[in-house]
Amino acid sequence: MKKQYLALIILGGFLLATGFINRNDYYFNVLNILILNGLVVIGLSLLMGYAGQVSLGHAAFYGLGAYTSGILTAKYGLSPLAALLAAQGVTLIAALLIGIPALRLKGHYLAMATLGFGIIVYVVFKELISLTGGPSGLVGIPPLQVAGFTFLESKQYYFLFVGVLLVSLLLALHLAHSPFGRALLALHDSEAATMALGYDTGRLKLIVFLLSAALAGLAGSLYAHFAMFISPMSFTFIHSVKFVTMVVVGGVASLWGALLGAVVLSLLPEVLTVFEDYDVLIFGTILVVIMIFLPEGLFKGLGNLFLKHKKT
Amino acid sequence: MEEILQYLFSGLTSGAIYALIALGFTIIYNATEVINFAQGEFVMLGAMLTATFCGLNLPLPLAFALAILITALAGILIERLAIYPARKASPITLIIITIGLSILIKGLAMFIWGKDPLPVPAFVGERPISVLGATIVPQSILVLATALIAVLTLEAFFKKTLTGKAMRACAANRLAARLLGIKVEPLVLLAFALSAAISALAGVIISPITFATYDMGTMLGLKGFSAAVLGGLTSSTGAVLGGFILGILEALAAGFLSSAYKDAAAFIILILMLFVKPEGLFGTKEAKKL
Repeated sequence: MKKQYLALIILGGFLLATGFINRNDYYFNVLNILILNGLVVIGLSLLMGYAGQVSLGHAAFYGLGAYTSGILTAKYGLSPLAALLAAQGVTLIAALLIGIPALRLKGHYLAMATLGFGIIVYVVFKELISLTGGPSGLVGIPPLQVAGFTFLESKQYYFLFVGVLLVSLLLALHLAHSPFGRALLALHDSEAATMALGYDTGRLKLIVFLLSAALAGLAGSLYAHFAMFISPMSFTFIHSVKFVTMVVVGGVASLWGALLGAVVLSLLPEVLTVFEDYDVLIFGTILVVIMIFLPEGLFKGLGNLFLKHKKT
Repeated sequence: MEEILQYLFSGLTSGAIYALIALGFTIIYNATEVINFAQGEFVMLGAMLTATFCGLNLPLPLAFALAILITALAGILIERLAIYPARKASPITLIIITIGLSILIKGLAMFIWGKDPLPVPAFVGERPISVLGATIVPQSILVLATALIAVLTLEAFFKKTLTGKAMRACAANRLAARLLGIKVEPLVLLAFALSAAISALAGVIISPITFATYDMGTMLGLKGFSAAVLGGLTSSTGAVLGGFILGILEALAAGFLSSAYKDAAAFIILILMLFVKPEGLFGTKEAKKL
């Protein structure tokens, strides 16, 4: 755990330094989205990497957080903080409704159920026009306000998001190294063996599922206030896939790996825009190549390469 | 009554397409246990190539044959370049690879054909036929007939030919099949070619109805996957029935409830079914492995 604290402090220092040095608003916008992706990925990594359950519907929770926050503040004049809490409630209820039956399913069937859930939620965002504004999106979401302070600039959001990320990561790391986290890892290896040890595996799975949904919902709420505009196009099946891809490309077996995946896959499209129309092609190719040559993800894969190099 | 019949016709048409795509999923899944998220792109390739060859004024049968053949080659290429080298990776890694392939193929298609839908002329007459008060376009009948013939041919191939039997043996137990002297690798290649071809066929026959667009494969692929899961993922009969059930229920839901929620309906059906019968309609309950 000491090593983890050290890594966390280095990450925090690096992020804060970046915030003080950077003067470019565009970079702040890119970094802010990156950090929000990071938040979702932390939860998803606990779910996939530790508990071994795949969700192809996490964009739905992200979207539920964003839309609940957006609708309550823009249409009903609720304060952003109250709306954020309500959004957590909505996300958790949705996660319970889908989680309780879906987590009994195994492997591909669980992936399929969450995938279906994600598409249903997306269609609702698109078609429930009276509430969500439909395909043209929801406008007029006020900026975030906490204790009289209004977040207006991208830079202010950046520092807030860094804070939220570090706290979430700290909690997640603690959880992963607690008896609960070890029980999850055991669940990953063998559900039957974990049951035999006296764990209620259904409850374990549900708790970590709810946790990951709540984190995604939180990221969504923050996104709605930061962007001040949301549309269904930000919460499609492709986005769910993107989150899963981040976790897997980074390395499903560790929180740090998942975060690395979020960094790489959030920045890659920005870098690839110089290739204009070719960007999707290159993105797809890179994804396939990484997975073929480093099937355990960048984090472990690069680590192994480094070790090999040191030995020779 | 006429209304119901009308919805049934449209459900059968899309159901036939879902059934073909679902069959594609099960063929690859049985051969490799890979869920191929690029399956929808095979459908798109079939439709796009048909549009291109029809645009070149090639005779229709030749255009179809070329479209299906080229897509089958694409399937083989994908297996060799991306699936085979990663065959020992975990299932989720393989899924991400197929997702990457899907992004790649879609990007290529956008690059080659552009973003606008390409029109495809109707293969048979355009005059709707009226049946018991409901109308059906000849193309829909062609879709149904082609799908049925394809399914039956495939069924005969798996049940009657030696190669088909060998493929089924591999699906049941790869190691045991090897022990009997069956070479697995060429069969996996064949599975990818067959799967791509049958999905391309779905793209060919649907193209005059929906036209061909570079991103048409995503939703079709997902619906086909749903149909395959409905049918239990390993059973070809299940896949076909799953496709028709999904198509018909979806059409009924769109007609009687709300067409805006049509895409959601298919997945609500799927989720409810999974909750009631997790192993699919025709899947066998697997014994838990410790």
